[in-house]
Amino acid sequence: MKTAVIVFPGSNCDRDNVNSWYAVTGLKADLIWHKESHISDYDLIIIPGGFSFGDYLRTGCVARFSPIMKEVARQAAAGRMVLGICNGFQILTEAGLLPGALMRNRDLKYLCKDIFLRVENNSTPFTCDYALGQILRLPISHGEGNYFVGPEEHKRLVDEGRIVFRYSSPEGQVYPNASPNGSLDAIAGVINQNGNVMGLMPHPERLAEDILGGTDGRALFTSILNSYRLAPTKKSGAQQRG
Amino acid sequence: MSRQDAPWSEHGLTEEEFNKIESLMGRSPNYLELAIFGVMWSEHCGYKNSKAHLKKFPTTGPMVLQGPGENAGVVDLGDGLAAAFKMESHNHPSAIEPYQGAATGVGGIIRDIFAMGARPIASLNSLRFGEISDNRVKRLLNGVVAGIGGYGNCMGIPTVGGDLYFHPSYRGNPLVNAMCLGLMKNDRIFRGQAVGHGNIVMLVGARTGRDGIKGASFASVELSDKDPDKRPNVQVGDPFMEKLLMEATLEILERNLVVGLQDLGAAGLTSSGAEMAGRAGNGISIDLDLVPLREAALADWEIMLSESQERMLLVVEPKNRPEIEAIFDKWDLSAAAIGEVTSDGIFRIHRSGKVLAEIAARFLTDEVPIYIRPYREPSYHQILKMADVSLLSRDIDLSKTLRRLLASPNICSRNWVYEQYDHMVGLATIIRPGGDAALLRLPESKRGLALSSDCNSRYVYLDPYLGGAIAVAEAALNVAVVGAKPLALTNCLNFGNPENPEIYWQFVLATDGLAEAARVLGTPVTGGNVSFYNEFDGRAIFPTPTIGMIGVIEDIDLRLTHGFKNVGDLIVLIGKSKEELGASEFHHLMTGRDEGVVPSLDLEKAAKLNDFLVVAASKKLLLSAHDCAEGGLAVALFECAQASGGLGVEIKFSGQISTAAALFGESQSRVVVSLSPDKLNDLTELLTEHGLEHSLLGQVTNDDRFHVIYNDDSLIDLVHDLALTWSATLPREASI
Repeated sequence: MKTAVIVFPGSNCDRDNVNSWYAVTGLKADLIWHKESHISDYDLIIIPGGFSFGDYLRTGCVARFSPIMKEVARQAAAGRMVLGICNGFQILTEAGLLPGALMRNRDLKYLCKDIFLRVENNSTPFTCDYALGQILRLPISHGEGNYFVGPEEHKRLVDEGRIVFRYSSPEGQVYPNASPNGSLDAIAGVINQNGNVMGLMPHPERLAEDILGGTDGRALFTSILNSYRLAPTKKSGAQQRG
Repeated sequence: MSRQDAPWSEHGLTEEEFNKIESLMGRSPNYLELAIFGVMWSEHCGYKNSKAHLKKFPTTGPMVLQGPGENAGVVDLGDGLAAAFKMESHNHPSAIEPYQGAATGVGGIIRDIFAMGARPIASLNSLRFGEISDNRVKRLLNGVVAGIGGYGNCMGIPTVGGDLYFHPSYRGNPLVNAMCLGLMKNDRIFRGQAVGHGNIVMLVGARTGRDGIKGASFASVELSDKDPDKRPNVQVGDPFMEKLLMEATLEILERNLVVGLQDLGAAGLTSSGAEMAGRAGNGISIDLDLVPLREAALADWEIMLSESQERMLLVVEPKNRPEIEAIFDKWDLSAAAIGEVTSDGIFRIHRSGKVLAEIAARFLTDEVPIYIRPYREPSYHQILKMADVSLLSRDIDLSKTLRRLLASPNICSRNWVYEQYDHMVGLATIIRPGGDAALLRLPESKRGLALSSDCNSRYVYLDPYLGGAIAVAEAALNVAVVGAKPLALTNCLNFGNPENPEIYWQFVLATDGLAEAARVLGTPVTGGNVSFYNEFDGRAIFPTPTIGMIGVIEDIDLRLTHGFKNVGDLIVLIGKSKEELGASEFHHLMTGRDEGVVPSLDLEKAAKLNDFLVVAASKKLLLSAHDCAEGGLAVALFECAQASGGLGVEIKFSGQISTAAALFGESQSRVVVSLSPDKLNDLTELLTEHGLEHSLLGQVTNDDRFHVIYNDDSLIDLVHDLALTWSATLPREASI
């Protein structure tokens, strides 16, 4: 399985994703510089967290113009998996690969802490190793995670089961205030219509090893690997390992 | 006096210093030259009031690879790894413009670390503010915390710890001390030296503008209410630029393309150029026409003194210049060759074909006047010591008192602060902020690195020698309590105006105490920073020699955390509680006064306690450990219970001292530990071996009850309720 982690100027979770992906799957990932306009096909492209281009304007709105984004869009259209975490989620919404927008947190403060999520859809390639309704403890670390989407689009997301994660209480109850950042409908992560591009604000790569204090992020990476192994088509042609 | 009469005064120099400059140079300096002397001989750059006393510090040890005098100190961590670390103040800028002041303080210390060739992996910060009920303080607190987060979060460097205290003495002059630590291979240390005649001097990173001009001089005078005028002296940070600069710099260092480098901090191009030349015994020639500027109309002295952020000065061999330019181009950064290294030892500035300044570099770095200032004991010292602190401790409601302590700004939960910092990026933070020390794992190693910062300035104010020693002992204990051996320290010495003999007395005694503690505890001082003139409207801050301590644990799986673990575990207090309520948070809370005798400290015993903790952790005797600090034993017990996630405590013990002293006194070198009952004999044996006292307090229970009985007094409360009190203060008080 071939995995790429895109590096924008200002990305800062790029190496964390490479390391965490390796710790969970034993597989290497390539760091790809944002100025690349042609890259070989990848089975998984991770757009990592950070502050691309400083995020001095709306988060992610400069990064979407980087040459690499055309390649990301091309490979997404070809059905390859694209995962945006935190700033990566923001970039995917700016690029139009995912619906909605991420606004400043309700309390206008950056927030870095563990929160609870409920798995709302476990039939995606990113979540198939989770149980439906499973409650996850994962960290958030963002100033702009307040997800918003128009009412029609929201209805579509709900109807099509494309809200993959919602913020919840530790017991798994979802209510508006369960969202630490004020996001609409407590949305923490969504997926595209084709089911191959997902974005989420929490950082699964940060809690994927026991020593870091939790492993609820692991299954996101194993889900990806397992769905890749089970899917007969759409592979990059790289040698399959394991 | 007019400028003609006293040309030195504009540059913060004295007539005597001006005369010394004239005699060194053999002529009168011109305006630019005098401006250069002004910043280089300022306290901030030249340490003229402190140098004599900094020599007292122990600075060597088998693990010290680089002591004071470079961009940062470096210590060997084993496994081929080394850590570069340092702490620095950004107090005055933060007083004027808290967000940018704090942000650029973080940026500056990060540059110091990667200038050594180390990749920064963790930041800490030590903050002091006035009373939190004050609106001015709320604004400063919010701005500083947001500024630290804004810069560090964007850089992708986790902010893993620090300390925060409130006291009226910091009202107009908050303290913002930023510490950063980076990792490197132990044979790849870069230094700020301009070696190799004919080598090229390159200025890389941001363009030079008008911001922060004379910041170094500004740092060397007291503050007053007129200071909003000084806003132009405060630099503006661009963490995105710094992130690019860091990645590009680490890339050229990795490829070995640089012979020396230094960041541009206080006094900008002037101090970086002069210091790099001075350290190597060479000269540097700079052509101002080649400096990339934000606007063309900058005066010569403005270019030389600008403190525009996110710039580095490199010395490179001519053959490597194209490759360096290519790498900086990849990161969309400018890299300009602005001069060369010369053999004549002269710091020379040109512009438009004319020589503007010619000063022997060593005049700027080695001829800084050194003042051994007169000092005298302030009258308050003996008087405050005599205060009777025992009367108020009779007949108090123990539960109510504990609640008040837990709600007090100096003891309450710091989560409101830490949650605004990304403390996890990098996947190395094993103990997150809120414990005794932060703990980071090291790459490709079993070892872990513990970090802590500390200083109880009330102790230092009431007894500078003892307070200085306690600051070191406390920081070392914080590190030892997670199972790490304290290794070395950096410091940030924040004081008032050194020209005041009573302030200077605080400085001399505090540094004496600091030096002695560092010696006995075996933790050399590898660098640091002095910040004088921390006064507002003529009132000095409490003397605050902040300590940044690092330590190493051999196997990270042996780490100790402070939360209780299992029902039925025994709770033991190591160390001895004495009738010591002086200078305590308890006394301050009850009376609003800072007085009494500071708790005693036996440094030999403190060293033994540190050794004991490291051994006990390695033998897996303990399940938790937590240092007793402000608020004493009762607060420490609460914190252990709170961090356990739902366990309670049942404590019953007796003693000769008053109940208040037993529960809320701040006797030093005490640790609350918990252990499995079958380990008690082994523990007792090891304690005896180390000559340490202990008392069995009670055990961990399965309900939420916080129950402490001492002699005939008892305190009953619920951990959950206490936790609500403890966590509510900062979010409530900090909101504007």
